[in-house]
Amino acid sequence: MIVLQSVTKRYADTAVVDDVSIELGHPGITSVIGANGAGKSTLLSMIGRLLQVDSGTITVDGLDVTTTRGALLARRLAVLRQDNHLTARLTVRDLVAFGRFPHGRGRLRPSDQEAIDRAIDYLDLDPVGGRFLDELSGGQRQRAFLAMTLAQDTEYLLLDEPLNSLDLRHCVQTMRLLRRAADDLGKRIVLVLHDINFAAAYSDRIVAMRAGRIHVAGKPTEVITTGVLRQVYGLDIAVAEFGGHPMAIYHL
Amino acid sequence: MIRRIGATPAAVVAGVALTAALALVSVFVGVADVTPGSLLRGGSDGEAALLLAASRLPRTIALVLAGAASAIAGLIMQMLVRNRFVEPSTTGTTEAAALGLLVVTVTAPGLPLTGKMAVAIGFALVGTVLFLLLLRRLPVRTVVLAPLVGIMLGSVIGAVTTFFAYRLDLLQTLDTWLTGDFSGVLRGRYELLWVAFAATAAAWVAADRLTVAGLGREFTTNLGMRYGRLLALGVTVVATVASVVVVTVGAIPFLGLIVPNIVSLLLGDNARRTIPWVAVVGAAFVLVCDLIGRVLRYPYEIPLGVVVGVVGAAVFLYLLLRSSERAH
Repeated sequence: MIVLQSVTKRYADTAVVDDVSIELGHPGITSVIGANGAGKSTLLSMIGRLLQVDSGTITVDGLDVTTTRGALLARRLAVLRQDNHLTARLTVRDLVAFGRFPHGRGRLRPSDQEAIDRAIDYLDLDPVGGRFLDELSGGQRQRAFLAMTLAQDTEYLLLDEPLNSLDLRHCVQTMRLLRRAADDLGKRIVLVLHDINFAAAYSDRIVAMRAGRIHVAGKPTEVITTGVLRQVYGLDIAVAEFGGHPMAIYHL
Repeated sequence: MIRRIGATPAAVVAGVALTAALALVSVFVGVADVTPGSLLRGGSDGEAALLLAASRLPRTIALVLAGAASAIAGLIMQMLVRNRFVEPSTTGTTEAAALGLLVVTVTAPGLPLTGKMAVAIGFALVGTVLFLLLLRRLPVRTVVLAPLVGIMLGSVIGAVTTFFAYRLDLLQTLDTWLTGDFSGVLRGRYELLWVAFAATAAAWVAADRLTVAGLGREFTTNLGMRYGRLLALGVTVVATVASVVVVTVGAIPFLGLIVPNIVSLLLGDNARRTIPWVAVVGAAFVLVCDLIGRVLRYPYEIPLGVVVGVVGAAVFLYLLLRSSERAH
């Protein structure tokens, strides 16, 4: 499990993440939702050691993220941020192969090749394996980065706004894919999501953040309610039920 | 899976063979009579053999080493900054190395060449780090901004250097550091270039890591590597190569910019695959430019830096226009 104890992060004198204690990384998908500036991405970045914590501790399966050797953590936890890497002309296969780096320090053994093949196959990237990333569509590029994290073969997968800049079809494809990875491969996935209905439809747990603190955490039916959404987003949002999932009607 | 051109061993062999052929031509072009025939006639202690060992071979070796190393320094700089338009001469590195060399020439003229080189490397490191810090402080990151900032920084450092060189009557010396010229390369005066070769060999060993660093701090951290360390390694290689080239033969402008860009267009950015090619193409490019400089006004010579500068500026402009076209 990913355990946060009294984690705080400040910029100047505002606490972006304020004394947060929570356990993340239950089996399945956990979505973190909240308004802009609620501290979602900062929280994820600190778990992924992309940002230093100011106080408090974060452990992954008992390993403290600030003191544990990078390669050891990289075999348990993969983090993907929505950064575009368009400056680099790498082939899809090269990129996916980098996912094996924490395992073999750059030397690819036959077992690594198998893991790369599996990841490429799992994301249907076979036909474009030799293409450069800058020759792919946005959806394909995202799948290539997901394939890399699959090849990294970690139990935990942290994704920061994976649906950003994807069209509706690719959003649905990505969420289905993550659901499948959670169910078939036993991945424990933590996502930062903006679209609360994607969170409601595909998550096992939802964590709602507000002003740097955890507001509520629980099953989708417990979090996606008119009452909670009013406190988190400051909007009155009707919630209906569709196919067993709570759906927020926030466009009206 | 598609195989890219240049990914095959046969292509690598062909590239190396072509460069070797160019090197052979380079050895036999010049005012004095050095040909395979004259070498055979004169034997091992004839005039031709002496010339070959003292001047022609050192020159060709220096060309190959400086060309390959400068191109790789450019490649590494581009990966670290994540910008295709930087190289040691557009990031203040070369100018800082020249300033260091001037300082050590004035304050400790008796220092052996290796000591002078060490001081130049120190200055080049500081100059490069200054550039990286400056870049980090900039709010907007457009493609052309990084080289612009670097050129400005280089100009400021260059202005200081020129001022003192002028006051101390060292302008001509300064010019030899900043304009690559191989006509004066003799045995005993180029061997430091092997240090640059060693630095680029280190880059080749760390190629995968450098590629990862080229994908950014977050990407690197996720794979369990320390970004800061990779940055330090890369900057050290760049500063070392730039300084050694300045100390021995003089900077070769644009080389580190053109060659990696051409290789990237054809082969992509996986350093494990591109570093050998960048080295080979860099060496070949310099050999060709040097031959042009030697033949064009025969028996006189045009300095290599001038030839590369003219060809390089044209290619640089083309790449800039091409990228802004693609961005729109």
